[in-house]
Amino acid sequence: MLQDKDRIFTNLYGLHSPDLDAAKKRGAWHLTREMLEQGPDWICNQIKASGLRGRGGAGFPTGLKWTFMPKEVRDRPHYLVVNADESEPGTCKDREILRHDPHLLIEGCMVASRAMRAHVCYVYIRGEYINERHALEKAVKEAYEAKLIGKDNVNGWDFDLYVHHGAGAYICGEETALLESLEGKKGQPRLKPPFPANAGLYGCPTTVNNVESIAVAPTILRRGAQWFAGFGRPNNAGTKLFCISGHVNKPCNVEEEMSITFRDLIETHCGGIRGGWENLKAVIPGGSSVPMVPAEQIMDAYMDFDTLRDLKSGLGTAAVIVMDKQTDLIRAIARLAYFYKHESCGQCTPCREGTGWMWRVLERMVRGEAEHDEIDTLLDVTKQVEGHTICALGDAAAWPIQGLIRHFRHEIEDRITQYRLPRAMVQGAVVTAAE
Amino acid sequence: MALRRFDLEAGGDSFSFKPETEEKVAFWRAKYPADKQRSAVIPMLWLAQKDNNGWLSEPAMREVADRLEMPYIRVYEVATFYTMFRLQPVGKFHIQLCGTTPCQLRGAEGLKEVCTREIGKQMYVTDDKRLSWEEVECLGACVNAPMVQINDDYYEDLTPETLSQIIGRLRNGVELTPGPQIDRVNSAPEGGNITLTEPALFDGSRNSVSVLPNLPEPPPAPEPPPEPEPTPEATGQPDKSAPTNTDREEPSSKDIKE
Repeated sequence: MLQDKDRIFTNLYGLHSPDLDAAKKRGAWHLTREMLEQGPDWICNQIKASGLRGRGGAGFPTGLKWTFMPKEVRDRPHYLVVNADESEPGTCKDREILRHDPHLLIEGCMVASRAMRAHVCYVYIRGEYINERHALEKAVKEAYEAKLIGKDNVNGWDFDLYVHHGAGAYICGEETALLESLEGKKGQPRLKPPFPANAGLYGCPTTVNNVESIAVAPTILRRGAQWFAGFGRPNNAGTKLFCISGHVNKPCNVEEEMSITFRDLIETHCGGIRGGWENLKAVIPGGSSVPMVPAEQIMDAYMDFDTLRDLKSGLGTAAVIVMDKQTDLIRAIARLAYFYKHESCGQCTPCREGTGWMWRVLERMVRGEAEHDEIDTLLDVTKQVEGHTICALGDAAAWPIQGLIRHFRHEIEDRITQYRLPRAMVQGAVVTAAE
Repeated sequence: MALRRFDLEAGGDSFSFKPETEEKVAFWRAKYPADKQRSAVIPMLWLAQKDNNGWLSEPAMREVADRLEMPYIRVYEVATFYTMFRLQPVGKFHIQLCGTTPCQLRGAEGLKEVCTREIGKQMYVTDDKRLSWEEVECLGACVNAPMVQINDDYYEDLTPETLSQIIGRLRNGVELTPGPQIDRVNSAPEGGNITLTEPALFDGSRNSVSVLPNLPEPPPAPEPPPEPEPTPEATGQPDKSAPTNTDREEPSSKDIKE
């Protein structure tokens, strides 16, 4: 288990005050001026050396991403945009940062802005997080009043932070859709290139980062890149917030070391699987968009980017959804398919039409009301949606279904057989009558 | 995609912001550059929805469009795209029930039955105009599943019984406590946290270090990923250098080409 002294989010559960004084006592806003004085190259190099990979799902190295911004500010201002549109089913970690440790985030925004030579930062919070937004607004106000941010602040880097909110669209978690939304349009992803680092918000150089990636940055700089890199296996460094939901005895959020095994994570923090380990059926290890992994493969797997990729899944946002043997997996995935159908922005035809089609077929498969060869047709359609859309929502809709068919095809087949067995004669009669 | 239409009849002909909202409108508009005021459209529609009993009428959209100098259609687009903008009247307490898989696994379907039984079908407003409900997609409180959002607040760790109690209280105007409805603090595990118990985390002793690590010389950063060698531009000329393997008996295919 990660020791308390190595935890970054010390107020994860809101047992202490989120206010500025208490946050300072927990270590926030300490030596911030010294960090900023070192300049962008030092900050980027430290973050690179720490091995921090983006916490929003894709796992792209954060320090490297920051260096993509232009090296000098020309006619267009630079922007940092923080993605707090946390909507991936299973994920609820950024919410805890926003409402309980907002000062770590604000400080992180300032450090990251220095690294990319930006003076303005927007934090895009999902619309449903109303109380979380108020908590962050309050912290921003405190920081302005204490002259920690704003013009001529004590940290020596002019910096303005604005909180923006959405209105309930999963797709706005995609970075270019988020920028569209922030510009006051429908949240439909843009074609890349140009990448946001060249033309992002209002056509200016922009970097979009997840809340957690930004909020850990100041602590990494304070305690040293080596400290952070010391956790986890190579290439999977650091500590990570895990959100464990579903069929465990005590679902919770917890900050743990990367590369902890699944068994340790569940035993230590969640009181085990409901009904014991023999009762585990499958796990979605990284939020709804990654394929599920069956029990025997996940039990002793390391929870990190590379191990889970090798299991044909992914760490994603580290939202671990646990499903026990009483779960109707087809139903669970059909509900996810409905989610993607509901959240597709409608821009690309494969996704707009495909998500609805896949959901309708899965709904029939839940009842068993399908033909055996429709499983292959469904798999084929997921392959045709995957990779043929502007953004990754098409992939995200396809992968859970592919995971289901890959590991639990027999369940779908059994369901269909069961449904058809008593109806074999009746169906034949219906067909004859129709003819 | 969800197909969403306006309720033109219920919307009436006019809308105006409440006087006390003007301050908030100004607060939001000040966040964006003067020539990018369009960015404020979502926050302003949200304020308009608040001032219009929890739903967005067509005159309210036009009011927002006029203020931001946007074509009406651009505001209609935004209002119909984002599902938190409700395009038909709702009750004073509108229950948004999360039905996505993490909540479904922990019993959201039982909660749906409670809502249907006690309120009616989705988006139906009770006769006293107090209650309505709808199923929504993941609200991002998955470790506290199943949960609902009632107006601004989350009610978490529900059972059919507790939700039924909550609905009863809403109906009778009794005050409610948001958050987890079982013995639990926020997203900590039930029965108390086993982590974050070290007192030294909270007494300021973390700030005893007065110098940043790695300062004097920036430490050698790990090798940046090697830049791919720039491929020389094609000139259309064959390679001029003499072949080096001329002493072999068998000419290679390359030699034959030359």
